[in-house]
Amino acid sequence: MAKDASTSAQGDLVLSNLTKSFGDFVAVDDLNLTIPQGKFFALLGPSGCGKTTTLRMIAGLEEPTNGKISIGNTDITYAKPYNRPVNTVFQNYALFPHLTIFENIAFGLRRRGIKDVDAQVKKVLELVELPHLADRKPNQLSGGQQQRIAVARAIVNRPALLLLDEPLGALDLKLRRQMQIELKWIQTEIGITFVHVTHDQEEAMTMADTIAVMNKGKIEQMGTPEELYDSPKSAYVANFLGQSNLIAGEVEGNDGENSIVNIKGNKVSVPKNRINSANKSVLVGVRPEKFRIVASGKNTSGNILNGGKVSDVSYTGVSTQYQVEMPWGQELMVFEQNDDNEPMLRKGELVTLSWEPVFTFALDGSENVRAGA
Amino acid sequence: MSRWFSRNLIRIYMVLGFTYLFIPVAYTFAFSFNDAGRSNLVWKGFTLKNWQNPCGAPDICTALGNSLKIGIISTAIATILGTLIAFAIGRYNFKGRSSTNLLIFLPMATPEIVLGASLLTMFLNLGINPGLTTIIIAHVMFCISFVVVTVKARIASLDPRLEQAAMDLYANEFETFRRVTLPLVAPGIAGAALLAFSLSFDDFIITNFNSGTVATFPKFVYTAATRGIPAQANVIGSAMFFIALFVVIAGQLFNRKRRVKI
Ligand SMILES: Nc1ncnc2c1ncn2[C@@H]1O[C@H](COP(=O)(O)OP(=O)(O)OP(=O)(O)O)[C@@H](O)[C@H]1O
Ligand SMILES: [Mg+2]
Repeated sequence: MAKDASTSAQGDLVLSNLTKSFGDFVAVDDLNLTIPQGKFFALLGPSGCGKTTTLRMIAGLEEPTNGKISIGNTDITYAKPYNRPVNTVFQNYALFPHLTIFENIAFGLRRRGIKDVDAQVKKVLELVELPHLADRKPNQLSGGQQQRIAVARAIVNRPALLLLDEPLGALDLKLRRQMQIELKWIQTEIGITFVHVTHDQEEAMTMADTIAVMNKGKIEQMGTPEELYDSPKSAYVANFLGQSNLIAGEVEGNDGENSIVNIKGNKVSVPKNRINSANKSVLVGVRPEKFRIVASGKNTSGNILNGGKVSDVSYTGVSTQYQVEMPWGQELMVFEQNDDNEPMLRKGELVTLSWEPVFTFALDGSENVRAGA
Repeated sequence: MSRWFSRNLIRIYMVLGFTYLFIPVAYTFAFSFNDAGRSNLVWKGFTLKNWQNPCGAPDICTALGNSLKIGIISTAIATILGTLIAFAIGRYNFKGRSSTNLLIFLPMATPEIVLGASLLTMFLNLGINPGLTTIIIAHVMFCISFVVVTVKARIASLDPRLEQAAMDLYANEFETFRRVTLPLVAPGIAGAALLAFSLSFDDFIITNFNSGTVATFPKFVYTAATRGIPAQANVIGSAMFFIALFVVIAGQLFNRKRRVKI
């Protein structure tokens, strides 16, 4: 109920030099981030990289060792959790077991002394399509229903910022997909900033306007899903978001918009704005589904790599996945859509790989090819 | 025959077990209807007069009144103090926390007879005359340990994220405690209070040392045993049993109703 400036702050969320150490261990390392108001933002990273810790600092449940958190022009770094315009959907939902669903949702409204509790709770229950469950207790709900109530309990307060810590982690795949769509829809409907933590890259890609990929307490890269996928800046991001083939090469020259890279004697073009390397030696990145694969000797165009040999074939229905061994010993992944009448290539066959230059990116040659895989 | 036996073994075992447990209670209950004279040892015929006049035996209700008073006061004090200690140990990291944890167990592990005797020595050395006050002090002392242990278990099973969620939903520290922590720990506190009361009401050894001339119900029964226990003692014993049974069943029903209500 305490009224102070931080309770009603509005605007972008800005994390500056945010750091959290537990003893000697640095869980969140000098984080700098701006999350624009009204956007769906995803924080993506492997287990233990500091996502929850970051979220808990924004919620006020953990005190930063260093740095600043602000919403708009208001510094909330040390504000109490109940004095922040921030609400959290906890991973295990943390619904109050002794209160009805109605009272769970009304909790925040009542604490702030809001008048028309009834109407607001009913409205948000309609929004999550569970008005008939108002009088139940949380343990009488299914996992998916609890999840929706947890979201309802948070958004009914109209916070400036909603934090979601792997809210779909406990659900089965089908329900997960459904809830992803629903959450995205709710976010667009009410226009609150969502910060969604997940280690599921597909989930981040389908839901978020902006994704920040986190690794060992630091942000590796931030951008739209397309930017991250098409032009990753590190091997870690290239491998963590989808799969990548990273092939060592040397930059040799220019050809208009493109740079020419020599891969073991094959010259390929890479758009200059996709080269994230100051070095001559680079890792050329191609996504498995961007490759075309044809039997050796057949005609093809674009960037070309000759002399591959099919070392493994697996048919998955929509696509066929090939493993191709190149003359220099590297195994490349190729996903071929099963949408034409081309006969399937067999194991041991000699093949040529090709792809359009626009689908290429390049990383610094000193990057670890296996990072984030 | 043997298949019938093996299939019903658990039931037979259960019947035997419960018989063993309840024969003394049944005996006490039955003999509360005994038309006994001074000694209630032999069945002399059925009567309701003991139940109609439970205070019939000399001094029995004074003793009962003392026991109830002591029980209620020591339960209240022990429950409040014990709950506070349980929260301190369960929630905060302070210097000496683990030794406190251990010390709390000591009164439970020490033989009552030793506790009773040392308490009396202490009271006499301090020049405090044994009486109602000393009994209450003694009862609070041994009840606290049980309260702490019971409430602490409940606190340990409480998910800290619930309190964090409350804080996240604009409840300050006090509101969080009142709206979330306390309601969730309450069943543990209620259980602890019941336990404390029954321990206090029941206690003979420590009480006997520290009561001076004050009579409690167990003390009355003990003293009466030399002359012959009046049937009214059975009436009060049975009544206590049924009250306890009623409280437990009511608690269960209340819980179930809270759970089933849709
Ligand atoms: N209270 C704490 N004390 C010590 N170390 C901690 C504490 N909380 C978190 N850590 C450590 O900080 C690191 C980051 O933890 P965090 O919970 O933020 O990871 P996460 O990215 O959310 O992982 P996950 O995806 O598994 O939930 C972990 O290595 C963890 O062991
Ligand atoms: Mg986490």
